[in-house]
Amino acid sequence: MTTAGPALWLHQSAIINLNHPGHYLHWGIIQISLANLVVILVMVAVFLAALFLRFPGHGGRS
Amino acid sequence: MTAPPVKPEPRSWTALVRGRAVAALPPDKLLPDTQPVYVASWIYVFGVLTIAALLAVLASGGILALEGPAWYHTSVVGHFANSLHLWSVELFFFFMVVHLWGKFFMAAWRGKRALTWITGALAFVGSVGTAFTGYLVQTNFDSQWISTQAKDGLNSVGFGAWFNVMNTGQMLLWHVLLLPLVLGVLVVLHVLLVRRHGVVPPFDAGDGSAANEAIDAVASR
Repeated sequence: MTTAGPALWLHQSAIINLNHPGHYLHWGIIQISLANLVVILVMVAVFLAALFLRFPGHGGRS
Repeated sequence: MTAPPVKPEPRSWTALVRGRAVAALPPDKLLPDTQPVYVASWIYVFGVLTIAALLAVLASGGILALEGPAWYHTSVVGHFANSLHLWSVELFFFFMVVHLWGKFFMAAWRGKRALTWITGALAFVGSVGTAFTGYLVQTNFDSQWISTQAKDGLNSVGFGAWFNVMNTGQMLLWHVLLLPLVLGVLVVLHVLLVRRHGVVPPFDAGDGSAANEAIDAVASR
């Protein structure tokens, strides 16, 4: 197998094609990649879910 | 004539260390099987998720170290192991940041837990440093670009003479030995301190001492 083989295989089989420059958002002096913004928003969503979702078996322990 | 059995010297350093260790962390406190009721919340899960992700980081990193760059750059299985390392690190930071937010808004340094908070903060900073050196040892164009950008910043603050980001060998040793060693010690200390002082309670449950005393009482029955 050549060295290009696996890389080519990975690019063709990836769910999201990442083989291009990233997308960036600009707001005044603030610049952030779309990927990083998505990760931060997901972290905030998971944090809020952890605060408000009921834990299984809640109240069963002392 | 046989010599009388030698009794352990009560003031020997081993006896002193053992006594202090058992007093600080008795077995039922080190590996408890009960927790206060307020721990039944998803926000308390992210500490152990962070540790689980860290174990995945160490395991996948160990595989990469065994096989080397010529393997993980060129084979399908090597790419998979490389991706396991990347994504376990992503999850590690994801869980650690949510854990940090949760503990910050609980003021987790309450109830003599300042050292727990400090070791956690240091582990976070150490993790960032370990991740940065990881970017530098990918042995690809990305690591070349990052190292040439980072050297200017480090040179400007006077670190470049002994922490040379363009020295791949030095960065590799920082990434696979020195920083994981420091991080490992910090994480173990952090977990032991959590076991010693108990998990931090919500604000309306006081400082947690009453809950911990109740657990101690149950454990001692």
